[in-house]
Amino acid sequence: MHCGRDGQCGVWVKTGGGAAVAVLEFVKQVLAVAEAEARKLRHDPMELFTRAVQPTLWLVVFGQVMSRVRAIPTGEMSYLDFMAPGILAQSVIFIAIFYGISLIWERDLGVLHKYLVSPAYRGALVCGKAVSAGLRALTQAFIVYLLSLALGVHLKLTLLAIVGVLFAIFLGAAIFSTFSLVVACLVKTRERFMGIGQVLTMPLFFASNAIYPLSLMPQWLRFISHINPLTYQVDALRALMVEGGRAAVGLGIDFAVQALVLLILLRIAARLYPNAVN
Amino acid sequence: MNGGRSTVAESQAQSQAQPQAQAQAEATPPAEAAPPAIETFGLTRRFGSLVAVDNLTLSVRAGSIFGLLGPNGAGKSTTIKMLTTLLPPSEGSARVAGCDVVREAREVRRRIGYVPQLLSADGALTGYENLLIFAKLYGVPRAEREERIWQALELMGLKEAAHMLVRQYSGGMIRRLEIAQAVLHRPSVLFMDEPTVGLDPVARRAVWEHVRELRRRSGVTVLITTHYMEEADELCDEVAIVHLGRVAAVGTPTALKAAVGPEASLDDVFVHYTGSSIETGGSFRDALRTRRTVRRLG
Repeated sequence: MHCGRDGQCGVWVKTGGGAAVAVLEFVKQVLAVAEAEARKLRHDPMELFTRAVQPTLWLVVFGQVMSRVRAIPTGEMSYLDFMAPGILAQSVIFIAIFYGISLIWERDLGVLHKYLVSPAYRGALVCGKAVSAGLRALTQAFIVYLLSLALGVHLKLTLLAIVGVLFAIFLGAAIFSTFSLVVACLVKTRERFMGIGQVLTMPLFFASNAIYPLSLMPQWLRFISHINPLTYQVDALRALMVEGGRAAVGLGIDFAVQALVLLILLRIAARLYPNAVN
Repeated sequence: MNGGRSTVAESQAQSQAQPQAQAQAEATPPAEAAPPAIETFGLTRRFGSLVAVDNLTLSVRAGSIFGLLGPNGAGKSTTIKMLTTLLPPSEGSARVAGCDVVREAREVRRRIGYVPQLLSADGALTGYENLLIFAKLYGVPRAEREERIWQALELMGLKEAAHMLVRQYSGGMIRRLEIAQAVLHRPSVLFMDEPTVGLDPVARRAVWEHVRELRRRSGVTVLITTHYMEEADELCDEVAIVHLGRVAAVGTPTALKAAVGPEASLDDVFVHYTGSSIETGGSFRDALRTRRTVRRLG
């Protein structure tokens, strides 16, 4: 009787519905979650500038100095050219890896409860968060591109190359933010989360090809860097972003590995998400 | 002194009885024929050795405003979590809006609205945007979206503030926005966890007014938890006194008071049934949460 009584409700409550309807519903819910993030960014663009500090330091200070030292063999590329994609990947990942803190914040405020009480698919809520992190990451690309141009990095400025880069960092941000979400679901307190975040970021960065090539690494480190998703992210970016850049692993493998990792993480996160409130 | 107090209580009880009778008449007319909006059967939740909710059996009439009254830590929030499908029960079952909270969780979610205890509207968005996101999340059809959003804003007296960032709202406005957010999809049952905690008396009254108006217009069933006697007394058609996870007494505030004594207040009723004042109890975490809310408002 309840649903019958308020007749309006029956219009959009789907009782049966095919898979197509469910997929459409899912996508709409993902977009709704991401839209909230996009609107927040529009209200407060300041945040984007504060996040430009770190990539600026790496590129301008570390990059400039190291390209003078010429200690790192990067083939025909200049060290700055080699490094710029690595710094883009790094700044994207560093933001994404602390994304889970917002989940803990939302849990403490009861925002998460509100989302979980809605009929939205749990998977859609998690995907929405991943897309939100991706949106934030795109703004980092803008900053790093500006810096790179100013420093004379030989960027590939074709439309295809830029779209490829944006897609790659979207994927990277989605992976690491979802990973972060999983960690947040497990540790549940801000303090513990910050601790784990700090412990994870630097090893992820150094055990990757962001600032030196795989070929330079000792065997054990090369092994670790091959199970580090950041390596595939950087590898793809290097091939797409700068003139003369080549994927050491292979562009196809880079994207395949990242897509697989993302899918696995999303499944885990969707499973853990509802328990985060208890 | 004693005499003075009783006259106040009496006049309160009288002024109480009338609007209630009216409200009941205005709500869905065939009240007897309608099945209960919420029914629980031996609902139990344990956390380790702690029994937070103990064999709770309740029935909430459709179209009524029902209060779970008890101190912090009595099991009210756990009960709401189970009824809103956030937490599976350890034992027993519950039906909300005609659907089982475990087996038909998604159906339940489509039919309920929920206002959490803490002020949880997104401060970085405007009031309008908060509603827009949830309208989309609930799949309110595009053609109806704008109309429903503005209807809800109007009903909650927030039309003028629609395009202000929520972080500039007062506590009372945020709470009303959250109620608007929770009823956009026209739920048949609305859950509110401590809806006026941390609000000043004026804002509290405004929230009550808006909840009554909402019920009058939509016929929605409202379940609130509260530890404010006054709130239970003024707002609720029926009250269940919850103590240590169990229901100590159920009835209309008037009937409960009458059963204890001719001059009894709801406070007296509470002491009568639980043997303790409502001030006692409450865990560290509850106290912390309440304070955090209050601080955010201040």
